[in-house]
Amino acid sequence: MPDLIKLTTSSFLSYRMRSFLTALGIAIGIMAVILLTSIGEGLRQFVLAEFSEFGTNIITIQPGKTQTQGSNIGILGSVRPLTLDDADVLRHLPYVENVNPGLMGNADIRANGKTRRSTVFGEGHAFSEAFTMKVQSGSFWPDEDNEQARALVVLGAKVQQELFSGQNPLGSYLRIGGQRYRVIGVMEPKGQILGMDMDDAVFIPAARAMELFNRPGLMEINVSYRASADEKVVIRMITDRLKEKHGSEDFTIISQEQALEVLSSVLDVITFAVGALGGISLLVGAVGILTIMTMAVTERTSEIGLLRALGAQQRQILTLFLGEAMLLSSLGGFAGLAMGVGIAQVLHLFAPSLPVHTPWLFALLAELSAISIGLVAGVTPAMRAARLDPVEALHAE
Amino acid sequence: MIELAKVSRIFDVGDQQVAALRDIDLSIAKGDYVSIMGPSGSGKSTLLNMIGLLDRPSSGTYLLGGGNVTDLNDQQQAKVRSEMIGFVFQAFHLVPRLTASMNIELPLILAGIAVEERKSRVEELLKNYGLSDRADHRPDQLSGGQRQRVAIARATCMHPAVLLADEPTGNLDQATGKEVMNLLEELVAQQVALIVVTHDPAIGGRAHRQLHMVDGQIISESAKGVAA
Repeated sequence: MPDLIKLTTSSFLSYRMRSFLTALGIAIGIMAVILLTSIGEGLRQFVLAEFSEFGTNIITIQPGKTQTQGSNIGILGSVRPLTLDDADVLRHLPYVENVNPGLMGNADIRANGKTRRSTVFGEGHAFSEAFTMKVQSGSFWPDEDNEQARALVVLGAKVQQELFSGQNPLGSYLRIGGQRYRVIGVMEPKGQILGMDMDDAVFIPAARAMELFNRPGLMEINVSYRASADEKVVIRMITDRLKEKHGSEDFTIISQEQALEVLSSVLDVITFAVGALGGISLLVGAVGILTIMTMAVTERTSEIGLLRALGAQQRQILTLFLGEAMLLSSLGGFAGLAMGVGIAQVLHLFAPSLPVHTPWLFALLAELSAISIGLVAGVTPAMRAARLDPVEALHAE
Repeated sequence: MIELAKVSRIFDVGDQQVAALRDIDLSIAKGDYVSIMGPSGSGKSTLLNMIGLLDRPSSGTYLLGGGNVTDLNDQQQAKVRSEMIGFVFQAFHLVPRLTASMNIELPLILAGIAVEERKSRVEELLKNYGLSDRADHRPDQLSGGQRQRVAIARATCMHPAVLLADEPTGNLDQATGKEVMNLLEELVAQQVALIVVTHDPAIGGRAHRQLHMVDGQIISESAKGVAA
């Protein structure tokens, strides 16, 4: 066996350029598959992590009925709005832990003579419990009647830093869109979630935000439920209760599980498409190996005749050429693996927020398929080599 | 050693049948030195391939070393070739990418001989043929005579009973050709049956038995020193 490898590599080395180009075909195929699956898998993990940043067991209700996936126009306020009343009604359903009415907008925030334009979230008092958002100091406003919502504000970490330069802002006043608010809390830094900076934001009671932005309704109501509860049951209860109140189903319920499923299937399709593309490159590589091996058999016909005269059996000739094809493809496969993983890591260096992850099973499968491609592509030429008539082969030029 | 009885070889050329060998009867003993001469197309190379088990008779029987080798399958033929027969060719037929020592080693590798044994045999052959300082040279770095010496070393490394040489001096100048013939003739003294195919009377005339072929038949045999 080692002798066979020696013989095989000798022919391999003497046609360096040609072998390199052939192996390159396989390498590019494997690289494409590995690189894109690494990123695809990384992307999946990235998005899943982002999604669960807000916590799990959350159901979102938006105004307007959508028949298909995607953002609906209810957010723009052209249908019957979801009201604070709706949110209050849902609080009394079983399994429900927290109900958080929400809307958002931008406004100038002024304090200490500085002005900053930040995102203003209108939320319920249980915001920090419903989502996994921690308050660093102070607290959210108490559970109080929506009609008499007071002008209280909780600051995001960055706003606190920018406007109060690190001083304790609790009890101070600031202006949001011209109205005076008293600071009662500061959030822990949270960073970006799905592209939105949760630290460059302030949180005020939803009723005040509706007034501030002059909106008739909420953008969404988030319901968090007990982990032990069946999501489907909770969704049905919410649907029934709101239908009863509104008279018709003029709202859309989005569950996190559904969203994750959709996302997951989209990523599956992408991964599949990428795999198919890589597969095509591998096919091209296989044709390359077939071509090169056919050429090799033709070029080395007299050598094959010689080996036969020296006592080589057909089986040994077959093994020699098959070995050469497999060596080519497996080296190509390894090069492709290295390139794929390498480029993925470089990408990760330049875009740290995109995690790359190469599943080992995938790498192994890729290498195995590279080798089997060599085997399959090499069979025909190798069989031809083995079946050559020794006398004719010897005298071939 | 070699017994051919009524051996014929018929080729299909288009829709015609051409007999390259017709009813050859030939017997060669251990240590015999035989030359086969004749014009091209007389069937001398076909006879050599037949004896070397690279070809099969269309009819007749072939006994080699006491065994019937007429109808061996490919694998059995290869085994007999490996163990009993050595080839030397006009064009040397060295593998260009392999060093001299690896070229000599080839039959040993194909026969599955262990590494240490191979190394020692190759080393000895390199020394015997004055190639020790050429061991790591590739064929294109060797002279014609050196190349043919490598080929002879390769042909003898399995200690064959029969050595078949097809125009061994055809690509060499006269002086080198003579040297090569001397090396081959030394093997005869070691009881190897040497069969040389040539159309050069000067080379063929050195053999103890000289066969003359025309049209696939041996038309005459003469002994050394006797005119044909």
